[in-house]
Amino acid sequence: MSHLSMRKLVLGILGLAAFILVWKAVTDAKLVSPIFFPSPERTWAALVKGLAGGPLLAQTVETIQRMLLGWLLASLVGIMLGALIGISRRARVFIAPTLELLRPLPASAMIPIAIAFLGFSDQMVLVVIAFGALWPMLLATIHGFSAMEPRLYEVSAVLGLNRLQVIWKLALPSALPMILASLRLGLTISLILAVVGEMLASREGLGQSILLASRSFRSADLFAGIVILGAIGLVGSRLLSMAERRLLRWQAAAR
Amino acid sequence: MKAVLRNSWRAALLPVAVILVAQIAATVTQLESDSLASPLAIVSAFFSILADGSLMRATQDTLMAAFCGCVLGVCAGSLLGVVLGLFRLADDLLDLTIELLRPVPVVALIPVVMMLLGFGARMEIVIIALGLLWPSVVLARAAVKDVEPRLMEVSAVLQLRFSARLTKIVLPAILPQLFMSLKLAAGYALVVAVTVEITANPFGLGYGIMMAQQALRPAEMFAYLIWIGAIGWLVSLMLDAVQRRFFPAFSRGETR
Repeated sequence: MSHLSMRKLVLGILGLAAFILVWKAVTDAKLVSPIFFPSPERTWAALVKGLAGGPLLAQTVETIQRMLLGWLLASLVGIMLGALIGISRRARVFIAPTLELLRPLPASAMIPIAIAFLGFSDQMVLVVIAFGALWPMLLATIHGFSAMEPRLYEVSAVLGLNRLQVIWKLALPSALPMILASLRLGLTISLILAVVGEMLASREGLGQSILLASRSFRSADLFAGIVILGAIGLVGSRLLSMAERRLLRWQAAAR
Repeated sequence: MKAVLRNSWRAALLPVAVILVAQIAATVTQLESDSLASPLAIVSAFFSILADGSLMRATQDTLMAAFCGCVLGVCAGSLLGVVLGLFRLADDLLDLTIELLRPVPVVALIPVVMMLLGFGARMEIVIIALGLLWPSVVLARAAVKDVEPRLMEVSAVLQLRFSARLTKIVLPAILPQLFMSLKLAAGYALVVAVTVEITANPFGLGYGIMMAQQALRPAEMFAYLIWIGAIGWLVSLMLDAVQRRFFPAFSRGETR
């Protein structure tokens, strides 16, 4: 097994090296004008310069903060609302169809509405992130609750548990796999909306930074920003996958 | 039948109640606002943008871009995914690179593509295709790896050539999954299209809703919003129907 993953690692690094070499060859041969498409070295230099003393570090922190805040807000509201709706069959019958109807609505289509109410402000961006990331969490929680083993409800009735205890002790743990998966999706949506929000509302952050870099044809800075955004997405989803595996260990053991 | 009727009555109650309350509230307060509009005003705005043709033109632009981007992205991605699923060496070589490229949010590519191609349909199609590329690769690769190993053994015994193996064994086996991937991609393509239009591209429904907001015409803005939602809903409904028609066993398994 370790031999196998060793092979994967070596080949993977070889592949990555080849990718960077092809990138370098394309830019060195000037197949695309360097104004639009920087070489790997220039991107790396811009990245190092921006992070060490340049503005990139502050912008990265700003974007991560925005993303996390919106995501936390959406998770909290989504899971709480989802639990309230999911636990009652009556609420599900009345409310769930409307939510399903709203789900395909692109979150970015809410941006103009949010601008109309809040103007080009930080709150507007935050509301858009929270609203967009809310849906997966909300629907996963409702779905997880309604997919709970019916016998568990019967058990809870026999034990005389009240509604809060049912939610906390039975329904939430059994909906946990779905909720955790939706948390990861929500984080991806949060990052996207944070970038869009910063671009549109000209708020400090990576989104605004890459847009400005592209307008003034500073392609190395633009690519440096994209590299950081990719890294944020990668680290975020890896961390959540790790949390998922840890929190769901009991489930794997029970099988 | 009775149960369906009762359930649809319950499902309709909330939206109808919200619309009624909004209308009553707007009438009572004699609403005049730059950000809110009464349901009746939204309906009349909808018909006026429908009548002057701007809504249909924008819808056509957005759907066309989403469709082209979707086809391009899913085809390229599935092709790469099938190759990676069949050849382990290629998969091992590219896996790390793909894992590093995949998390880059698609909106981050808007400035790059804008710089290269300027505004217009082409730029939007390229961004949509790039956004759908990685999910399609991953789904197609997983589908190929899931193909019954005995089928591959059969193809080896029969000494099928690569093209025959592809068209006679692999593609038929993964067709339901490919359609599933197309279905997911279609919904996502529409989202990316509207996002690109709102953010940068002066074109389509996203631009329409943005302009309505900036012109302080809230009724028109909400009319666009509801229309965008309706289109997303219709597209997913249509693809569900196609899936049920052509891959009945697969959609049953999915809802289980």
